[in-house]
Amino acid sequence: MVCEMETDQIEEMDVEVLSSMWPENVGTEADKQFNVEKPAGDLDTLKEVTIEEKPTIADLTRLPELMNSTQQGSSQLTNLVKQWEYMQDNAVRLLREELKNLNRQREEAEAKELKIIEEYKFESNEPENVPVLDETSDLFRRFRQKKRDALVDSKKIEIYEEFDTVAYWKQKALNLEKMLEASTERERRLVEKLSESLKTMESQSAPVQELTQNLERAEGFLHFILQNAPIVMGHQDKDLRYLFIYNKYPSLREQDILGKTDVEIFHGGGVKESQDFKREVLEKGKASKREITFTTDLFGSKTFLIYVEPVYNKAGEKIGINYMGMEVTEQVDKREKMAKLREDNAVRKAMESELNKTIHITEETMRAKQMLATMSHEIRSPLSGVVGMAEILSTTRLDKEQRQLLNVMISSGDLVLQLINDILDLSKVESGVMKLEATKFRPREVVKHVLQTAAASLKKSLTLEGNIADDVPIEVVGDVLRIRQILTNLISNAIKFTHEGNVGIKLQVISEPSFARDNTLTADTEEQEQNGLTETSVWICCDVWDTGIGIPENAIPCLFKKYMQASADHARKYGGTGLGLAICKQLVELMGGQLTVTSRVNEGSTFTFILPYKVGTSDDYSDDQDEFSDMADHQSEPDDTAEGYFQFKPLLGSIYSNGGPGIGNDFLPHKVMLTSPIKLMNSFVADPSNNTGQSEMLQLENGGYVDESKLETSSGHCPESAHQYENGNGRCFSKESESCSSSQASSEGGTLEMESELTVSSHREEEKAETDLKETSKPKILLVEDNKINIMVAKSMMKQLGHTMDIANNGVEAITAINHSSYDLVLMDVCMPVLDGLKATRLIRSYEETGNWNAAIEAGVDIKTLENEQVCVRSTNRLPIIAMTANTLAESSEECYANGMDSFISKPVTLQKLRECLQQYLH
Amino acid sequence: MLGLGVDRLQADINRLLASLFHQGVLDEQFLQLQQLQDETSPNFVYDVINIYFDESEKLLRNLRLLLMDREFSDYKKIGLHLNQLVGSSSSIGARRVRNVCVALRSASELSNRPGCLRGLEVVEHEYHYLKNMMHELFQLEQQRLLAAGVRYPM
Repeated sequence: MVCEMETDQIEEMDVEVLSSMWPENVGTEADKQFNVEKPAGDLDTLKEVTIEEKPTIADLTRLPELMNSTQQGSSQLTNLVKQWEYMQDNAVRLLREELKNLNRQREEAEAKELKIIEEYKFESNEPENVPVLDETSDLFRRFRQKKRDALVDSKKIEIYEEFDTVAYWKQKALNLEKMLEASTERERRLVEKLSESLKTMESQSAPVQELTQNLERAEGFLHFILQNAPIVMGHQDKDLRYLFIYNKYPSLREQDILGKTDVEIFHGGGVKESQDFKREVLEKGKASKREITFTTDLFGSKTFLIYVEPVYNKAGEKIGINYMGMEVTEQVDKREKMAKLREDNAVRKAMESELNKTIHITEETMRAKQMLATMSHEIRSPLSGVVGMAEILSTTRLDKEQRQLLNVMISSGDLVLQLINDILDLSKVESGVMKLEATKFRPREVVKHVLQTAAASLKKSLTLEGNIADDVPIEVVGDVLRIRQILTNLISNAIKFTHEGNVGIKLQVISEPSFARDNTLTADTEEQEQNGLTETSVWICCDVWDTGIGIPENAIPCLFKKYMQASADHARKYGGTGLGLAICKQLVELMGGQLTVTSRVNEGSTFTFILPYKVGTSDDYSDDQDEFSDMADHQSEPDDTAEGYFQFKPLLGSIYSNGGPGIGNDFLPHKVMLTSPIKLMNSFVADPSNNTGQSEMLQLENGGYVDESKLETSSGHCPESAHQYENGNGRCFSKESESCSSSQASSEGGTLEMESELTVSSHREEEKAETDLKETSKPKILLVEDNKINIMVAKSMMKQLGHTMDIANNGVEAITAINHSSYDLVLMDVCMPVLDGLKATRLIRSYEETGNWNAAIEAGVDIKTLENEQVCVRSTNRLPIIAMTANTLAESSEECYANGMDSFISKPVTLQKLRECLQQYLH
Repeated sequence: MLGLGVDRLQADINRLLASLFHQGVLDEQFLQLQQLQDETSPNFVYDVINIYFDESEKLLRNLRLLLMDREFSDYKKIGLHLNQLVGSSSSIGARRVRNVCVALRSASELSNRPGCLRGLEVVEHEYHYLKNMMHELFQLEQQRLLAAGVRYPM
């Protein structure tokens, strides 16, 4: 049926609407804004948290107003309201539709009723009069019901043809009544439903409350979040007057802030800036952040990170700004510290790398210098070999051309040596190794010596002059060696570049020069104070002048540079290392002075150096001898200390042949070296006037003489030696054998060997002669040793210990010697050719026991000579024999003792060991 | 050369000696030698060392000849030579030469020919080094004596 269908529809709609109209959680949307998944849980947590209401400044009355007036503020509310409105609208629409349906049904019903009434107008009385149904009391109602039924069932009416019958009407009335009942029932149900619907509407009409709840929750959440946040939030209007402020730590009361601008509230640094910043944001309409440091009386110096955003009203007009500030003073401090640290770090790193670079460079330089020095050192040794050999060569017979060549060779070698020495000097000065010494010296003497020396090697006709002003002290303190070096260098330079005229040295005292005053004022005054001003300083200016070729002006600047000479031409012409002046300059500067030069071409040059000297007090003059005092002793004029002028004029031939003790030109090193090295050393150590030197020469001659004789009569008894040793005739044989062996040995080594052997043997002989003359009571010692070196060493040691000894070169010689002479001690080498020490000892012991050499003869010792001498039978006192072992396995001490030795000395023999041994066995 | 470098030369000598001692080229025995030098034998060290070189030169030459000989078997002779060399080297305090000689000797005792040849190389090297050093030392000494002996006549 249509009616039923309609109600079904309504019911369906109802169900639909109910489910969609009021979702279970209305606040979902609001909750989602805060990212809270479970609103209920959230609420619970909020309930658990006790939110302490703190005195916050918040204009709560204005907030809703603000919310309404601003877009952002209202958006949340608007959303909620809109949602609610939408839901309400939906509900209303559905209700209305239902209502409309009902109305339409009612209208239809009414229309049908009217129709029925019109149809049955004419017979209206009859049915009214006839009480068809007892129950029906309300006629009108019944009537209308009938009408309606009739209307509704109009088709039915047509079906029934016999409408005028009572039955028919009865039937009809019954039908109508049923229909009426159903209709009433339906109506009642609808009314019920309506009222029910109204009820639900009423029960769910609390969304406002819910919204309030949501809002409260949001507020609680915000409180929860913000209660401890060090944040200041605020809203300011277009004129930047505070309308709302939230401050966790308020230091001002509400009324002090609200309605005022920043500038009106605070004073101090940063306030203006923040005001300007806010204004800027307001004008630009773009939110931005900035860090501003406030220094106000109110809260001191603090840095805030400020976020400002413009606020628009619904019409899109700016109405003010939102402001949020957070104190970041500490963070800023930290950040700044970090930045500073980082900066420092970077600077340090840069410095470090710079330093490393410098160190590296310095190291490289040092290494280079070191290498140069080492190289020079290394070059010097072979070179001195070359020069030495050349000098030896020059002593041999040479023709004129060869000699010339050799001289060139020697002088070149000397030059290179000089150059290397110069380099070493220079590197010493530069590396700071060179230390200055402070010694007393007499400037006059130094000048004089330098000039003398220069004159000695002078090959030109130059006059050397020395001029010393009277005010120059007799004695000053300084590094005399270096000063001499400088003077000598300058003088030799001057002489080199001067062909005729004069070269001279001039000394005068000057006042303290300006360059020194600036430098030394600080350092020296302190020093002087420390020294208690006992010493006074004097500045002496020394001119070394000449009348030579001069130096062109453009060459002067590079004059003092290393390896530089005035010009390549000069270098070729005059030679030289080019280091002399550089060294001079460095030395002068090292001593705190200055070296300058003035020069005119073809007129001469003057090198001037100014140096400070200390002048010592004259009390200790006598007891503190300076190193030249001994030279002064040598001088023929002893009292020349105050002399101020010297002149050395060129003489013919040897300049000092008449004045000095005859060294003369032998000053020149290469000439000195003409003799062989040994002689050279001898003759130079010995003072020419000394007797020892002569005896040395004598000795050499003597050695040569003996050697010749030996060569001539290499075996047999030589008259010369017999004559020489007439006192010690008994030992002549041993002497003989020794010289024989040495000549044997030397015959292998050629002439050079011979020469060196000579000196040694001459030593021996001389010593022996001496001891024979003087000391007859001394104990006699025999050394049995085949090694020449060991012999020399042992002999020399013995000499120092005050003993002499005879030498046997092997066991056989030893036996021979023992047979011939009586000894108090034998030092016996173990390892020897021909007959080793152990065997020899055994033989000697056997001789001691038996009184004959049979054992020795059996052993193969040539005893012919022994037999001849058998006459002198020795006492059978045990002869102390000391072994000399080299501490090898073959020469164990046990073996020594087993073979009849008394003790042993391990090699190398030292003075100490020898002394101990002698003390033990000699009395 | 003008009597100015005495100190410097002495310093050089000392430095050289120190370095030689440091390297172990020389030992205390050399000091003994120096002690033995006095006025009566002013050139003692020089003489001894010179003779040492002459002797050693000969010995080394012989050693080389012996070892280079193909049909060589006389290790005893080598031992004798080496004994000489060891003895004289230790007498003058030439420690390194002595040590390498001892090594060579032990090789010869084992009749180890390649070892001997190698050892000889080492000995020769050490010997020449010593000789160079000594040469330099004496050069310096000589210069020092020259410098110390310079007198300026009037």
